[in-house]
Amino acid sequence: MLPREHIALSIRDAESTGRPAIVAFLTGGFPEPDKFHELLCKVAEVADVVEIGVPFSDPMADGLTIQRSSRVALSKGVSLQWILNTLRDAVQKPKAPILLMSYLNPLLAFGFDRLPQAAREAGVSGFIVPDLPYEESEEIRGALDAYGLALVQMVTPVTPDDRLAMLCKQAEGFVYAVTMTGTTGKQVAVPDEVLAYMDRVRKVSSVPVCAGFGIRNPDQVRLMTGHVDGVVVGSALVEVLERGEDPVAFLQGLRS
Amino acid sequence: MKVSSSTLDQQILYANVMNDVYPDEQGRFGPFGGRYIPETLVPALNRLEAGVKRYLHDPDFQAEYMAELHDWIGRPTALTYARTLSKRWGCEVWLKREDLAHTGAHKINNSIGQVLLARKLGAKRVIAETGAGQHGVASAAACARVGLPCTVYMGAVDMERQAPNVGRMKLLGATVTPVTSGDKTLRAAVDEALRDWVTDPNGTYYCLGSAIGPHPYPYLVREFQSIIGREAREQMLAKAGGLPDIAIACVGGGSNAIGLFHPFVKDAQVQLLGIEAGGTGTGLGQNAASLAYGKPGVLQGCYSMLLQDANGQIHETHSVSAGLDYPGVGPEHALLQAAGRVSYAGVEDDDALNALEECCASEGILPAVESSHALAGARRWARQNPGKKILIGLSGRGDKDMPTLQRTILLGKI
Repeated sequence: MLPREHIALSIRDAESTGRPAIVAFLTGGFPEPDKFHELLCKVAEVADVVEIGVPFSDPMADGLTIQRSSRVALSKGVSLQWILNTLRDAVQKPKAPILLMSYLNPLLAFGFDRLPQAAREAGVSGFIVPDLPYEESEEIRGALDAYGLALVQMVTPVTPDDRLAMLCKQAEGFVYAVTMTGTTGKQVAVPDEVLAYMDRVRKVSSVPVCAGFGIRNPDQVRLMTGHVDGVVVGSALVEVLERGEDPVAFLQGLRS
Repeated sequence: MKVSSSTLDQQILYANVMNDVYPDEQGRFGPFGGRYIPETLVPALNRLEAGVKRYLHDPDFQAEYMAELHDWIGRPTALTYARTLSKRWGCEVWLKREDLAHTGAHKINNSIGQVLLARKLGAKRVIAETGAGQHGVASAAACARVGLPCTVYMGAVDMERQAPNVGRMKLLGATVTPVTSGDKTLRAAVDEALRDWVTDPNGTYYCLGSAIGPHPYPYLVREFQSIIGREAREQMLAKAGGLPDIAIACVGGGSNAIGLFHPFVKDAQVQLLGIEAGGTGTGLGQNAASLAYGKPGVLQGCYSMLLQDANGQIHETHSVSAGLDYPGVGPEHALLQAAGRVSYAGVEDDDALNALEECCASEGILPAVESSHALAGARRWARQNPGKKILIGLSGRGDKDMPTLQRTILLGKI
């Protein structure tokens, strides 16, 4: 099985239990680089996919929480290379498939020629690149494809229907359906139009659809059940870590 | 997305530049440019691009724009023969006086154009970022003129060093939002404006102030700013008896420089020289000279030259001038450098401040600290090239820099 196929499989497996899959976001090396891999493995026990954010100096799509965690991680020397090395060298492997969420520039600096192989050796299944629209993605898509790695596509409530169909047709791993216009870290209400939008995405997507941005509590997850295949939980989880609370209990709570 | 250093590729880029083929349909300036933004902004940028195609060269829109340039901004701005500087430097020195444009800098050429376009596109509000505050003031003024609400994002560090402009923006009816994230300067202000725009991509128009960002901004800003070079070219022919040997402008994001240079690009005999902020030295973090010391990468929507570390993290910059204190540069400048059509050099803080003093005393003109970099670069060039005809883009006036000047060259003098 190709690495990218693990993603959809894990999401579908979770969904068969009647609840949306949980895609958990951790900022790489946050809160403590030394304890990060241990944290990752714990989170991967409960989450169905884990997204590791590569910290970047200019996270334009992120709200205050992830700006803050990124800054902390950068100040502790975390880089893409560090994340890949940590994943590669660890004896214990995380139970859930791993995605890297990175802005484009750290990937460019690493080099598209070495990135796919290094990612595969680290056990990574794919990438999410929030500042890379489909039109600019040909080069990296080709490079990742050669190693069976997914490039996860985002769609949004303001994506027109024809574009939505085009993007979903090319999607790999899962479609990341952004719940609202704006940055990460707010709280999204789940009115009928959000559910209708999720239904619209699901109708044209051949891979699972996961809703992300603003997901914080079990009520939201319950409302979305039946309309999405999974939910992405990012800022809320980072805030749990900032407060020193238990991430596992938090993620389990989302399912209750 | 690769930058080639081969001579043949450079010759091809040069030929394309001389034929004015950029940007292409993908918004590329050779290898640079493009559109690297969150998916949420794709439809908004597509609409903007369609709007640019529909209106930018539409005779009615152009007539409206030109009327504002003439009646409200006071264009054409003067071309001044700098008598004393010419004597001192041993060259014929001509100043293109964007400091005389309404609100005190070239930024207004772009702001009024984009705000008129925003109204055509049905925007409900306008947002802008600002470094030195000049683009913020220009956008606030343009919004007041056109009748649209305006929010300006400004780094907390810049708010302090350009305090007079904060008050001006408020008087002009804008909301000024301090940016305390990131490096608290221009780059953080752009990030914050992008975050605002991504929250309301349908109703908000982002009036970007430099020749940076995702396509079509670098093109749009160039087109609005090219009025500088078009006027200067005609004025040189009429008043100076011919084209200049060289045109020199300061480069941060690069809007005044591209505006001055672009109408001269096809004049192969006119040398073009962009002056970046050399700060306090050549080390990473000591300057803002992305063309001199940067590497290609993606920041804030486009692929261009960036000051970054080996991990692709954008580096903090230093310049005495808020308007040049930016780790990237417009993609067209990256192209013009790669093609060998424009050369770029750095001028350090002290040299720029010294040129500012000299211009004040010699010509009775207080230039902006940004523009003073161009003056210092011109002075250096003049010494090596006596008797030549130099055109300098004096991009703005220095009144806004009084807090900085009080702390530097005026220290102990008053």
